[in-house]
Amino acid sequence: MVETSTATADVTLESVVKRFDDTVAVDGISLEVPHGAFFALLGPSGCGKTTTLRMIGGFEEPTEGRIMLGDEDVVGLPPYKRDVNTVFQSYALFPHMTIAENVSFGLERRKVARSELKGRVREILELVGLGQFGSRKPRQLSGGQQQRVALARALVNHPRVLLLDEPLGALDLKLRKQMQLELKRIQHEVGITFVHVTHDQEEAMTMADTIAVMNRGRIEQLGPPQDLYEQPGTAFVAGFLGVSNLLPGVIEGPNAVRLDDGTIVSAHVSGRSGAVAVGVRPEKIAIGPAGDPAIGAARGSNVLAGTVSETAYIGVATEVVVETQLGVVHVFAQNIDSGRTIPPPRSSVTLTWSPESTFVVDRDDSAD
Amino acid sequence: MGSFFHRRKGLVPYLLLSPGLAWLAIFFIVPLAYLGYQSLKSGIFPTYEFTWEFSNYTEAVSDYHPQLVRSFVYAGIATVACLVLAYPLVYWIAFRAGRWRNLFLLAIVAPFFVTYLIRTLAWLNILADEGPVVGLLQWTHVLGEDERLLATTFAVIAGITYNFLPFMALPIYVSLEQIEPRLLEAAKDLYASPVQAFLRVTLPLSAPGIVAGTLLTFIPAAGDFINAELLGTPKQQMIGNVIQAKFLESLDYPTAASLSFILMAAILVAVLAYARVVGSEKLTG
Repeated sequence: MVETSTATADVTLESVVKRFDDTVAVDGISLEVPHGAFFALLGPSGCGKTTTLRMIGGFEEPTEGRIMLGDEDVVGLPPYKRDVNTVFQSYALFPHMTIAENVSFGLERRKVARSELKGRVREILELVGLGQFGSRKPRQLSGGQQQRVALARALVNHPRVLLLDEPLGALDLKLRKQMQLELKRIQHEVGITFVHVTHDQEEAMTMADTIAVMNRGRIEQLGPPQDLYEQPGTAFVAGFLGVSNLLPGVIEGPNAVRLDDGTIVSAHVSGRSGAVAVGVRPEKIAIGPAGDPAIGAARGSNVLAGTVSETAYIGVATEVVVETQLGVVHVFAQNIDSGRTIPPPRSSVTLTWSPESTFVVDRDDSAD
Repeated sequence: MGSFFHRRKGLVPYLLLSPGLAWLAIFFIVPLAYLGYQSLKSGIFPTYEFTWEFSNYTEAVSDYHPQLVRSFVYAGIATVACLVLAYPLVYWIAFRAGRWRNLFLLAIVAPFFVTYLIRTLAWLNILADEGPVVGLLQWTHVLGEDERLLATTFAVIAGITYNFLPFMALPIYVSLEQIEPRLLEAAKDLYASPVQAFLRVTLPLSAPGIVAGTLLTFIPAAGDFINAELLGTPKQQMIGNVIQAKFLESLDYPTAASLSFILMAAILVAVLAYARVVGSEKLTG
């Protein structure tokens, strides 16, 4: 990864380490963000994602490693000399300035001509839907509007990279959903590379084209949302992105795992050996009464027996909690027929799923 | 009782206000009116009579305008000196002192644990002719062999500056301390150098503190007499010294009272002019 050409990447991190006194916040991260990407750093609080973002912005200096913006090594360069702009978590709008003054702050520092500046400020405020608000003060705006101003204030400078630090964290759920799509639209429109920090997996998956899942200062897995979801590489990723069922087992052959209850399941073990966990997403599992010949008829399906302990109708699906010898398995059964064929509690059931929907990760004792 | 307040909610604010209003009436309005009454009397102690003697005012101004002007000049210089000293000090405390902040703030307020008079008397020793400060300045030839600090204009202004420094420092500290660090990061993110970030963000956001601090320093400093009394000579006399002497020594109440009113009016005019310049928004925060 490190030796790859950086010619096209807008951001390149090479073995970046950040230590604060005794704690290691970022523990050797390498990544590349290509031009025009919407890149998300996703992870729980304290995983080092914000520190990574702040190092790209210049607010923290790495203890080790290199940070490149394009072809320029920016380590040691103060924030005001870096061609990046940040949308801060709390927006950090200047309370003593009007919206227009906030937005033109960066352009003024860069000595953009007055005539051009006015046009650009108006244009960007139109883009974020705040064309009429230029003369207001930040405190006269709602949270969602302030968020848009913060975005406009950063974007108006046409930075090489836009950094977003949990930009939607302070908004309520409905507004957040709306802004997720809005941000994606704006990014397509301006064509600027976005690096986005969030702890919300749904937000990351909605917006980003590439996600780096971080945990304890390291990147657990990096790839498009679909890959991370369908083929998580670690138990942590499987658990952090959506719901997954992890069943303990031991590698039995090149494409087979013996679960701890003796069942053999097929899966791509991708070179692993020894104790592993076999994963499957709840919506990939078909559920039917035990012994139903229609269920599990598809040849080569993985099969597991269990007893329904609980069902919950949640509209788009019915969640079925199934007790098996390997522990609890969650199933999301589609309500194709209004959920009438969902087996009732205490009934014996057979669970089946295809080997393609099966993934194998290392057994991780710290994951629950 | 409870239902009474419930039925007459409109009364509650007035009930809450009344102790303060009563206090103001008894200890401010009434004495002020009495002072006004005194200032318009004529005659010789102890038989002053109320005669609408407005000439007390014109005479007071013509007799004591040098002291009045001097008071404002000294208070002005001391206020500027306080600002110049206090701003970097509290800036450092607010942004750089970390967990020692409260200790340094305590150090700023510590002189208040000693009486005003004693504090100023201490400056007698600090600035004394045989003292270390004069010794050092003479040794470095900043001061000539026979020059002194005590009983000079410098000593009086230095004393006022010292005594009122906390009144400048604390409001500025409060306004600086409220500035979100993210705002300065945002400024730097938007290409502002540290100096530009200070001028465009920190300074404007601390303006309410500066305005409050300058008023809290300038107003009492203009009426001060202790510093001029202890650290100066008759040549450094301020209007406060005159009023004090008229009241307590020559017992010339009408002149003392009219001088008090003149001082009050002059300060009011100065404050209003200042408010016009900086904008009344900053006065109220």
